[in-house]
Amino acid sequence: MASVGIIDYGMGNLHSLGKALERVAGGTRVVISYDPETLLKCDRLVLPGVGGVRECMRELQRLELNQLVIEAARKKPMLGICLGMQVMLEWSDENGGVPALGLFPGKVTRFPDPPETGALDRLKVPHMGWNRVRQTRQHPIWDGVPDDAWFYFVHSYHAEPACADHVLGTSDYTKTFACALARDNLVAFQFHPEKSQNTGMTLLANFVQWDP
Amino acid sequence: MLAKRIIPCLDIDRGRVVKGVKFEDVQDAGDPVEVARKYDAQGADELVFLDITASVDDRPTLFQTVEAVARQIYIPLTVGGGVRSCADVRALLSAGADKVSINTSAVENPDFVTEAGDRYGVQCIVVAIDAKRVSKKKEPPRWEVFTHGGRRATGLDAVEWAKTMVRKGAGELLVTSIDRDGTKSGYDNELLAAISSAVSVPLIASGGVGDLEHLYQGLATGGADAVLAASIFHQGTYTVGEAKKYLADKGVRIRL
Repeated sequence: MASVGIIDYGMGNLHSLGKALERVAGGTRVVISYDPETLLKCDRLVLPGVGGVRECMRELQRLELNQLVIEAARKKPMLGICLGMQVMLEWSDENGGVPALGLFPGKVTRFPDPPETGALDRLKVPHMGWNRVRQTRQHPIWDGVPDDAWFYFVHSYHAEPACADHVLGTSDYTKTFACALARDNLVAFQFHPEKSQNTGMTLLANFVQWDP
Repeated sequence: MLAKRIIPCLDIDRGRVVKGVKFEDVQDAGDPVEVARKYDAQGADELVFLDITASVDDRPTLFQTVEAVARQIYIPLTVGGGVRSCADVRALLSAGADKVSINTSAVENPDFVTEAGDRYGVQCIVVAIDAKRVSKKKEPPRWEVFTHGGRRATGLDAVEWAKTMVRKGAGELLVTSIDRDGTKSGYDNELLAAISSAVSVPLIASGGVGDLEHLYQGLATGGADAVLAASIFHQGTYTVGEAKKYLADKGVRIRL
């Protein structure tokens, strides 16, 4: 039986992601695990995550999952979500600067902070809520998802990929930023498909069926 | 660009949705899963659950409710009420909450906000501020923070407290006017604007919505990033969809 493994390294709410994947998985089994051997047996992997990047990288290393992610990224379909996407870049400015997994060239940087006091309509950080995602190139993950669809975001840092070819979608908040990345068998979203109602479910269903 | 959010609030008491006036006179308003599903179908952008009893005995009931809702609803869910420790935060996140709201315990121990934000990420830490206007007429407006469901004065100035909480690591503020809550006379927009212009994180307006113009004023005059309402939705006065259409027609950026 085909399986999708959610990498559980103790950062955040895997409940909703697990339930969302189960809903769209069809015949695919959903496995939530921190055990490298269990995860290696899965046909595809999801790297989720909320929280700070330093703690995230520390936990991945402590559980010996960072090598697993790097190896699996060469051969299995893999999806990064939110912080799980950010650690796929080479470096994050968060927590004073932390080297990350380097699956996508480029770095993660903070949105410009608004003035602490001032106009009511200044853009605040975190970027929190529903925003539109512009699809900058075609990809099977977008099947059935309209261009400029709404997705739920919550983050203060965003990816700056070095390679424009890796950008799959962008969104606007203080500037245009890359919110979806893809290369080979990797795809990554800054927003939360598991929190983005039916449109998010479509993305997750596409990932479960994706055959890169 | 980012849309403004419409957030129905479900006050939860021992596994049921309830609605009170000025934090008192509590009435039954339905089953949380049914109510949450209805709002999701109507296009709610998020849901907030506030456990208004929050007695230790009832915690397992709350976790079951959160789990049951999170299993069926794929929009963000914030849960508050009686959150006192990182263990509480973790338990709620594990049950399926996306954010937790901290109120009384932030006043008792401001460093708890920092600790929870460091461990679980500031994006999932909402600090709820219940504020009451304490200035006299003709004085410049001033609001004081109250805790314990609006019953206990703290001596803290609400605007200064909001700034402190953001410094301590709050990712979002949920600001309720105790004077307005349940009165259907509109948000205290002066309070909202005073806080929104003083902090750099998103602000959820709460307390006092009676019609759709109140939602608009909370966004336009109060400068809120999201508007929370309970009774107008529970009583069926308006659907979330009607609220969103009203706001969109007035030029507010809304996810329709």
